[in-house]
Formats: sequence, structure tokens, C-alpha cells
Amino acid sequence: MKALRNYLDKIKPNFEKGGKHEKWLSVFESFETFLYVLGDTAPKKGAHIRDAVDLKRVMSVVVIALIPTLLFGMWNVGDNYYQSIGQTDVNLWQSFGYGFIKVIPLVLVSYIAGLGTEFVFVYIKGHEIEEGFLVSGLLIPLIVPVDVPLWMLALATIFSVIFGKEVFGGTGMNVVNPALLTRAFLFFAYPAKMSGDTIWISELSKGEGIVDGFSGATPLANAAAGSLDKLPSTMDMFLGFMPGSIGETSALAILIGAAILLFTGVGSWKIMLSVFIGGITMGLLLNLFATDTNPYMALPWYHHLLLGGFAFGAVFMATDPVTAAQTEKGKWIYGFLIGFIAILVRVLNPAYPEGMMMAILLLNVFSPLIDHYVIQGNIKKRLKRAKAL
Amino acid sequence: MSNIIKIKKGLDINLEGKAEKVIIDIPKSVNYAVKPTDFEGLTPKLLVKPGDKVKAGTSLFFDKYKPEIMFTSPVSGVVAEIIRGERRRILEVVVKADDEIDYQVFKKANPNTLSLEEIKENILKSGFWPTIRQRPFAIIANPKDTPDAIYISGFDSAPLAPDYEFILKDQLNDFQTGIDALKKMTNGKVNLSLHIKKNNSGLLKNTKNVDFHEFSGPHPVGAIGVQINHIKPLNKGEVVWYINPFDVAKIGKLFNEGIFDASKIIALTGSEVQKAQYYNIIDGAEILSFVKDNIREGNLRFISGNVLTGEKLDKTNFLGYYDYQITVIPEGNQSEFLGWGTPGFGKFSMTRTFFSWLTPKKEFKLDSNLHGGLRPFVVTGELEKVFPMNIFPMQLLKAILIEDIDLMEQLGIYEVAEEEFALCEVVNTSKIEIQKIVRKGINIMIKEFS
Repeated sequence: MKALRNYLDKIKPNFEKGGKHEKWLSVFESFETFLYVLGDTAPKKGAHIRDAVDLKRVMSVVVIALIPTLLFGMWNVGDNYYQSIGQTDVNLWQSFGYGFIKVIPLVLVSYIAGLGTEFVFVYIKGHEIEEGFLVSGLLIPLIVPVDVPLWMLALATIFSVIFGKEVFGGTGMNVVNPALLTRAFLFFAYPAKMSGDTIWISELSKGEGIVDGFSGATPLANAAAGSLDKLPSTMDMFLGFMPGSIGETSALAILIGAAILLFTGVGSWKIMLSVFIGGITMGLLLNLFATDTNPYMALPWYHHLLLGGFAFGAVFMATDPVTAAQTEKGKWIYGFLIGFIAILVRVLNPAYPEGMMMAILLLNVFSPLIDHYVIQGNIKKRLKRAKAL
Repeated sequence: MSNIIKIKKGLDINLEGKAEKVIIDIPKSVNYAVKPTDFEGLTPKLLVKPGDKVKAGTSLFFDKYKPEIMFTSPVSGVVAEIIRGERRRILEVVVKADDEIDYQVFKKANPNTLSLEEIKENILKSGFWPTIRQRPFAIIANPKDTPDAIYISGFDSAPLAPDYEFILKDQLNDFQTGIDALKKMTNGKVNLSLHIKKNNSGLLKNTKNVDFHEFSGPHPVGAIGVQINHIKPLNKGEVVWYINPFDVAKIGKLFNEGIFDASKIIALTGSEVQKAQYYNIIDGAEILSFVKDNIREGNLRFISGNVLTGEKLDKTNFLGYYDYQITVIPEGNQSEFLGWGTPGFGKFSMTRTFFSWLTPKKEFKLDSNLHGGLRPFVVTGELEKVFPMNIFPMQLLKAILIEDIDLMEQLGIYEVAEEEFALCEVVNTSKIEIQKIVRKGINIMIKEFS
């Protein structure tokens, strides 16, 4: 490792001011700080010791937390596929292997398209790369259907990195979650590839060799169509044995990720908890008004939490600190409304079988407003205290 | 005693190198210095030039805008040098000490028999006035003000902080006299804060003429702004004063004996000190005079003060005016291969992203490395975990960054200074220089009011 350090030290002057590649300094630094935590020390005055945590560490913890959902998603892709062609004598590794081959290209395309775009901005802005996309790059493949064309994914990723993040000033400045923006872009630009009954299972849309009577509909689509009898068992929902976006199906895998985020202190428990409370509240409210004409409203609340992107959104999307509410009180309101609206859209709006994406994007936009009122509350308290004297 | 004020948010950082309770007398250092840079916002006007003979208590310079505030020599001797920095800004006034200290004589009287003017004049002339600071803004108190209250923290909760009761144990008489003098300067109360765990000798409990407040919990419970916020929060237009208890004793000694005695007991602490202990020194001493022979090899950082708010010095520099502690830690100027990706068993973090959570009781040996590059604010909620006041730290910092004076005022800039934000700077993932931002905000407010 010493040799590498020496090599970096040797070539560094080329990138510094006056060197022959000085324009590439920020790109060089991005790679250097990836390889090494630099020997930069605290300033003369101020705190002389610092927490070992940095943005790279935080982001890598989130990536680790996502791995259970990724691995389960790969297996599930394979499992769904073999079911659809009626092949039942496959083992775990065959299913996983099939899914692995299908999912890895999505992950690679997402990272290459996204990081490539980021590096263009690193070059333009002359600022070291910010780590936000390390997480976004893995989130994106986990929230799309497995059959989404790679070029579409690349286009959507580039779109959201530029218009979701960099135009606002980069990581820390964006208004909406870039990964969700990618999904929203795909959803509205290419609806045929993002909704329907045939897109969730690999190769199903081609329709070759499919077992007679096999339906690739997600449980949410079934529920929206009123066929509640077609829903999987609660245990299957929890474990994730159902079609859906790659990473969203297994509540168990998501819970493992949530545990990692909460234990390390990276994810906000306030947001996660309040999203679930919001979802449960709406679920119970709908139960109260359930009628025979809309049996979906009678779906038990815990099914809502296990279906679709609800759990995934609550744990990995709503908790993005940049786009969430930033005040502690605001986080409760923000999370609650996400859960509440997600279930509302899901059940009562026939155009959208799933409401989680819409709910989070909507609240991303509204979170500064929520914060504004929380901050005003704090200001009023202080004014009142001054006047009381 | 009143109810215990429980501070819940905060963080005690367990560092190696706590001072053993032994006081070492050391030979006098050759040179002593008074540093105008120790005082925020001060514009000094010199009264001496190199070669002048001074006594302990002779004025060296004064505040250009409040000329009654004098800064006096800690020892008798000859002014050796005026060290200036950029644009001829005065950095240090160095005095070469005599073998025996010759004291200037000031008024010796029981403060209870003196008028307010006489008390103020005695403190101002002797050069003890700068020990009295004010909130808002954490600057030297204005002698023309009458504060709504005076606050004294009887403990320091910062990492490796000296034990105030241990330092004060032989000076309780002077401490009481100092309290009596301070009491005359306010219409309100003199508040003395104690910590249920840190003040266990009970020495300060016998102090008269003060209101006691008992605190519990982790740092920054000892930060004066946090204490004021919990005792009686500061509103716009109000002024309170605060002072270190050891300086109270010095003021007491001024009235009891009529001399400017700048001697003080400080703690030499930190992982790179061979034998961490207390030293009896004189203010403005060269750090080298007492750290020599007692430090380990290596590239070291000498900090006047604690690791949270102190100032990095060379070992040939002089102790800071308000500091009762020197901390020596390793300089962290080594890069670490994939440092952000290691398990991190020995790494300090408030989060549990490193496996050091397995050993919560371990004493850390921390260096000055930043452990990352500067980023915009990304992670939220982390500052709030170490900020025990009803103030939104991140929002206040952002208000300062955009220089919105109204918003800064509304969000509570009057109640805070660097000290309260020090832990925020430590835990901040984005490595933002938070204390510098806070001072910038305070300076904007001072300019606005002047």
C-alpha cells in the first residue's frame, strides 16, 4: 500500500495548480479520497478531535443495509421466472444464479450512468465527488421491474442525477430523492414498461413458454382489481415470495436493513416509525369505511405494510436526510403523512396501484414547508419568553 | 439546594491522559506573554515598548474602544518584545521575568465596605477585568453595564478537564471575597452551578452570597451557555456576565491582599503526556517550561485548553488567558488506506458505524485527523443529539451562513457561543467548521449593534 501512496504523492503535483492536468484536480481528488482518508488535520482553533464518521462511511453503511434486499431480490427474480415457465425442480442456487445474471447489469448500468454523470460535474464544478450516488446507484435497480431495458434505466438515471441533484448544487442540496425521481421518470415516460401485469417477471412479456393460466400480476394489482382471494399468504408477503420491483418484496430483508440503519444510528427511527404509523392509521380508517363495492378497503392494515414498496420506501427512501424534513418534530409529521398518503393513493386512486413513490416525492417537496412551521414554532416560543418579562 | 437540572443530550468523550491529582511547582519560565488574540474582538492600544520595566500588575495595553479595560503584566521584568502578525496586528507582548516578582500595589479592602465604583476601578486597574465575560457574544464584559445576573460554573465537563474543586481547595477564602465583590456588581443573582458527580468534595457548597444550581448529565453541561439556558434563558437586550471560579478567587485575592497575583494551577493532560498532572504556574507562561521532559516522542499537537475549544500552539508559545488546561495529542497528518471502510475497532464515533461500539468503556487515544473531507450538510439530527438547548443548531448555522441577521436573532444567536457548539463540530459528518461559523455570526451581530 505504501507504493500506491508514494505513486499518488508522485503524480499529485501534475494535478495541482500550475500542473499539466490542473483541470482534473477534482477528479484526481475524488479517487484519492476514495483510496485514502487524507491526513488533513483539524484547524488551529476549534475542535481538535473529530468523529471518525464521514459521508463515505455513512453511505457505505446504507449500501450494506441494502444488500439483504439485493440478494433476496436476485433469488426472487429467478424463482418467479422458473415458476412462470413451470419449472419446479430448481434449487436455490439456480434461482439465484438466474436472478444474478438479470440484476447485475441493472446495477452496473445504474452506477456507470450515474457516476459517469457525477464525474462530469466534478470536472465542471472543480469539487471533489460527493458520495450521495453511492446509495442512489444501488437504490435505483432495486426499485425497478427486472425487465426494464438498460438504455431506459441509463437515461432515467442520467436525467435524475442532472435534474434531480446537480442543477440544485449536488448532494445535500437536492429537493427530491434522486433514486425515486429515476423511477418517476421511467413511470411517466415509459408507462408500458413500468406498470401492468407482465413486466414484473423476467421474460414474461415475451410470452414464450409460459405456463397456462400463470399471472404475473403483483398482489397490489390483484387487490386493486378486487381479487383479494389471489393475494399470497401473510407469511409469503412477509418473506417476499411475490412479484414486484427487485428489492421491494421481502419485508424480512428490508427489516434486516432497517435494523442495520437504526443500530448504527444512520437512519432516523422517527421517520421509519412514523411512516408505519401513518400507513397503519390510513389502513384502519379505510377498514372503517369499507364497502362491498370496494373490498380493497377492507384489506387488513398489516397487509398494506407488507405489500408493494411500502416497507422499502419507509426504510430506505423516506429516511434520506437531505430530502426529508430536517427538524426532529418535522420528521414525525413528514413520516406520518408519507404513510398516510401512500395507502390513500394505493386504495382510492385506480390509476396508481402503488402510492409510495408519489407519497414520498410529494412529501419531499413539502418537507421544507413542514420545517418552516416547526422553526416558526421555535421562534414564537422564544419571542413569547422575551415578552413575558 | 434547588432541583437538579438534568441534561440528557450530549456526549462525554473518554480520552486517555486524565491528570492525576498532584500539583507540581515548577521553576519560573524565562518569558511570559499576554496575547491580545486571546480576547475576541479586542483592538489593543499599547502602553509599553520593548525595554520598559514593568511590575506584576503594570498595564501593558488597553482596549481601544473601552479604554478603562487594562491588560497587565503577569510578572515583573522587562518588556522583551512586541510580536506582530499580518498588518502589524499585535499577537504577543512578551515580558522577560525577574527572578523575584515585584507586585504593583492596588486597593486592599473588604469589598462589602467599598462602593460599586471603587470595586470596578480596582478590578479594572489591576487587569482582572478581562476575566469577566458577558453573554450574549462571549466577549469581555462592558464595565458600564449592570448585568442581570452573574454565572459561575463550578465544574468543567469537557474531555480531560481539570477538577475545579481540586484547583480551588486552598483558596476558598479568596473565592468568597471574589463572590462578594461580584455580588455588588449585579442587581440580580450570582449563580454558582455544581454537577452532582463532578462536585463531590462539597467544598463549594459552603459558599455564601450565591444561588446554587445543580446539574447532571454529559458535556456540554459545563458550558456556561447551556447552564444559562436552563437556569434563566437569555432574551434579546439582556446581558449577563460569567467568570471562571479560579478567576473569582484571583479577584478575591486582589481585595484581600492588594496584589495582582497571576499564578494559576493548570492541568497537563492528553495521551501524549507521560505523566498527566497539575502544575502551579503563572499566567502567560511558556508551554515548554512545564511540558518539557514530560511528553512522548512523535509529531504532537499542543493545545491550550481542551480538545473541543482550545487553540493549537507551538510548544514555544504561551498559555492562553482563559485556559486552565494544556492537552497534548498526536497530530493526525497520516493518510489511511481505505480508512472509511475499515471495521474501526479503535475509532471514536458517536454513531455505531464503527465496531468501537463493542468497547464503550475504552479510553480513546485520538489524533487531530479530520477523518474525511468537507461536504455540505447532509446528515440531519446528529447535531441535535449533542445540543441540549431549545435551539435548532443546524438552522441557526444556516442562518449565519446566509448572514440573515433577523433569522439569527430569532433562532437564538444571543444564547450561544463556540463552546456550546463544540461537540456539534466533533460529531458533524460533513466536517464543517462549526465553531468558526458561530463566531462569524456573533461578530456580524456585534457589528450590527455597534
